[in-house]
Amino acid sequence: MSDEMIGKSVKRIKALEKVTGNATFVHDMEVQGMLHAKMKLSPHAHAKIVNIDTSEAEKLPGVWSVLTGKDLPYKVGLYLVDKDILAVNKVRYQGEPVAAVAAETEEIAKEAISLIDVEYEELDYVLDVKEAAKEDAPLVHEDLDELESAPVFFPKADTNIAHHTKIRKGDIDKGFEEADYIIENEFELPMVDHTAMETHTSIAQWKPGKKVQIWSSAQSPFAVRNLLANGLHLNHEDIEVKVPYVGGGFGGKAGIHFEPLVTCLSRASQGRPVKIVMSRMEEFNSVPVRQGLYSQLKTGVTKDGKIVAQETEFLWDSGANADYGVNVTRAAATAGAGPYEIDNVKLDSKTVYTNKIFGTAYRGFGHLEILWAVERQMDLVAEELGIDPYEFRMKNALRRGSVTITGEHIGDSHGKVTECLEAVAEEIDYENRGSDDLPEGKKRGKGLALLHKAPAMPTNTGTAAFLKFNENGTVNLTLSLVDYGQGTYTALAQIVSDQLDIPVDKVNVVWEQNTETQPYDWQTVASKGLFMSGNATIKACEDMAQQLKEVAAQPLRASVEDLIIEDEKVKIRHHKDQYITFKELAMGYTYPNGNAIGGPLVARGNYIAQGLSNIDPETGQGHPALDWTYGAHGIEVIVDEETGEFEVVKIASAFDAGKVINEKNVIGQIQGGVIQGYGSAVMEHYQFSEDGRLLTNSFTDYKVPSIADIPELTPIIIENAQEDGPYGARGVAEHPMISIPPAVANAVQDAIGIRIKEMPVIPEKIFELIEQEK
Amino acid sequence: MKTINLTVNGRNFELDVQDNEILLDTLRKRLDFTGAKEGCGEGECGACTIIMDGEAVTSCLILSVEADGSELETIEGQSIGDDISDIQEAFIEENAIQCGFCTPGMVMSAKALLDKNPDPTYEEIDIALSGNICRCTGYYSIRDAVKRAAEKRGGNK
Repeated sequence: MSDEMIGKSVKRIKALEKVTGNATFVHDMEVQGMLHAKMKLSPHAHAKIVNIDTSEAEKLPGVWSVLTGKDLPYKVGLYLVDKDILAVNKVRYQGEPVAAVAAETEEIAKEAISLIDVEYEELDYVLDVKEAAKEDAPLVHEDLDELESAPVFFPKADTNIAHHTKIRKGDIDKGFEEADYIIENEFELPMVDHTAMETHTSIAQWKPGKKVQIWSSAQSPFAVRNLLANGLHLNHEDIEVKVPYVGGGFGGKAGIHFEPLVTCLSRASQGRPVKIVMSRMEEFNSVPVRQGLYSQLKTGVTKDGKIVAQETEFLWDSGANADYGVNVTRAAATAGAGPYEIDNVKLDSKTVYTNKIFGTAYRGFGHLEILWAVERQMDLVAEELGIDPYEFRMKNALRRGSVTITGEHIGDSHGKVTECLEAVAEEIDYENRGSDDLPEGKKRGKGLALLHKAPAMPTNTGTAAFLKFNENGTVNLTLSLVDYGQGTYTALAQIVSDQLDIPVDKVNVVWEQNTETQPYDWQTVASKGLFMSGNATIKACEDMAQQLKEVAAQPLRASVEDLIIEDEKVKIRHHKDQYITFKELAMGYTYPNGNAIGGPLVARGNYIAQGLSNIDPETGQGHPALDWTYGAHGIEVIVDEETGEFEVVKIASAFDAGKVINEKNVIGQIQGGVIQGYGSAVMEHYQFSEDGRLLTNSFTDYKVPSIADIPELTPIIIENAQEDGPYGARGVAEHPMISIPPAVANAVQDAIGIRIKEMPVIPEKIFELIEQEK
Repeated sequence: MKTINLTVNGRNFELDVQDNEILLDTLRKRLDFTGAKEGCGEGECGACTIIMDGEAVTSCLILSVEADGSELETIEGQSIGDDISDIQEAFIEENAIQCGFCTPGMVMSAKALLDKNPDPTYEEIDIALSGNICRCTGYYSIRDAVKRAAEKRGGNK
């Protein structure tokens, strides 16, 4: 049984519930006595709140409570505690909640919101990240030096700089002296939205004794509990956070969102439970997004194509809050030179406040953004040198023995980015890129892009798993990682199946999460789920196996060392016909005469990130990465050289996953991620009016890929085992979306020589560039 | 307020609805058919797709009074206990489900297609499902699931 289980495409856990409509999301939940919340949103990008008149709203029959920022003297935030629950004194972006209502129906709540009168005094605002970084820019947060933050972040008072990560390797001046060519470019990309299909939804009930019960569409129940406890000054043990089915996350449901607001509304409504559901319009306007990024890259390179110096500045358009954005800035900086070995690096990565909706985690955590710049720069430099982009990448790629920009040595346990590159180049037949077979005016181009990413998380990130037997010899696995579509639970069930030699359908992974009963997990983010929870699960299985043997040893009259686990039984190694079944041991073994030993079996395992250290604030040197997953994309396009219209004909994507636990689920992650990256690459972008109003706040104006948009895709999995990963596995959930945009733009450049530096890659922009070059 | 009659998955319901009540809300909040989801409320995402008199419709764009006298099919009517439809089986077999939020709407769009066109091409599948957004799967597995379901139906003939 065991050899077959790992790598097998076992059917996804809870697929039956989902396909029958039986799965209950918070979206579907009603709790007795439940009220409905609505928010009043700011129409201004930056304005002082002069007065809020809620008197008419309060009088409306069916309204239970009305809150404004004055009622809520709390700040919340994950890394930088800079967020009001409702705006206090001023609004910092259009769409910021300024007041909220709880009422008996959603319709009454909406009407009450319309009766709230807010008087604003508009302030100077700043929307452009480059302007915001300047010294004389309007300040988004005047109290930056007073805000609480994790000790690894450094907000700069009297500026809009919420954090600055510095990476220094080698001697940058010496590097540029050695260079034969120095090539400088600027790159930009806009904010985009996760658009998980279930919008953010939470229910909270305030209970006597300052206790709170929450159901939330959240990625990380323990993060919600921790941040709520800290923000509202409550005890952790008094807060129960439950997470049932979650309709997609992609980072957008990490950290904390509207849970504090509904908790406060419930408290103000005599403890009635209060539900809030974001409309799609609110989801676009008032729920955090992927940050924009402006990059400046200066690359020193020798004639023969060796990169000898890299100077980089990243300005992250964090919007009005940086509670999560500061860590995107930090994490992406540690990967900021791409998967290349460069001896001399000076890199500055800054989180910059602007008067727009704020940024948060989004699948890839900054890496899609930085690799847009890095991987475009590679092709622009290769062009300048007259070297093929494939050769140029191969010459500089990280290999065993390389040293990363934070000083990490690449060893045997790392994946191999060069193998990924070789695989995709072969798959798209990179060598042959002529256009002779195409109609006149059409040009074929093929582009490549590499990627790498490690989990971005605190150095002491931990997780745990419980196992218990049921009376019939089946087992329950309990943990607080949330499976909001990734399929991780199925892989974990396969691990238990393999470890305990039990059929996978006898492993029940407890679905609904509850901070009261489940063991701790930091957050379900960063592609660390299978890696860390997999390791914790293996330890729990080892603990369980040991307990099974210890109990079985007595009736079998054998020592524990002579026992093995096989086929749901504990057997004597050399006399396998002598055994005791799991079922006989599950609740304690009973001898024929009635004597009993053992007891109900419960096991535990935990895992904490090992060997990680904070990076040095001045040099960025340290060990921030648990495991690096490498990958590459090869993309073929056909471009109309007159109009700039193009078609992506084929995508090949390769990832060094270490070891596949469930093949179909890995392929599912690759397909889903690639198409999300494709959306970022060719269609998705937030657009604002000059005064900071979001113009793209529906699926009509903000297009995401549909089934009719998807190009041919070949997923390729490479397996160079990660020594400390479960069975050698490493995370591959975020990576598929990273570097799709530069691969598209590189292919367009290969086809018609156009140098695209701004995302998304759309025909209008290509046309403009064609016209400019004429 | 108007009294309407709906047939949902073969069962008759008579109820009073407001003139501006949305069919999706009637199904979800009044009749507890919560399988259809609201993903946008504007007919752009397809999560609320049901079948009304044989046609796939986005129920968030239909007034309940407009549905008076109609035969409605929802995801809840596609299975009896563990006995699921060939389309549902194919979705599971092709791993065409990740978070599951869009799945009920996808299955209903697929059913409306296959009921009319038992052997669709990939292009026809794409057209029929182009109004259903899935943010998780990248659609490849969904396309394969619909094809597989069609093959299953062909096999039954």
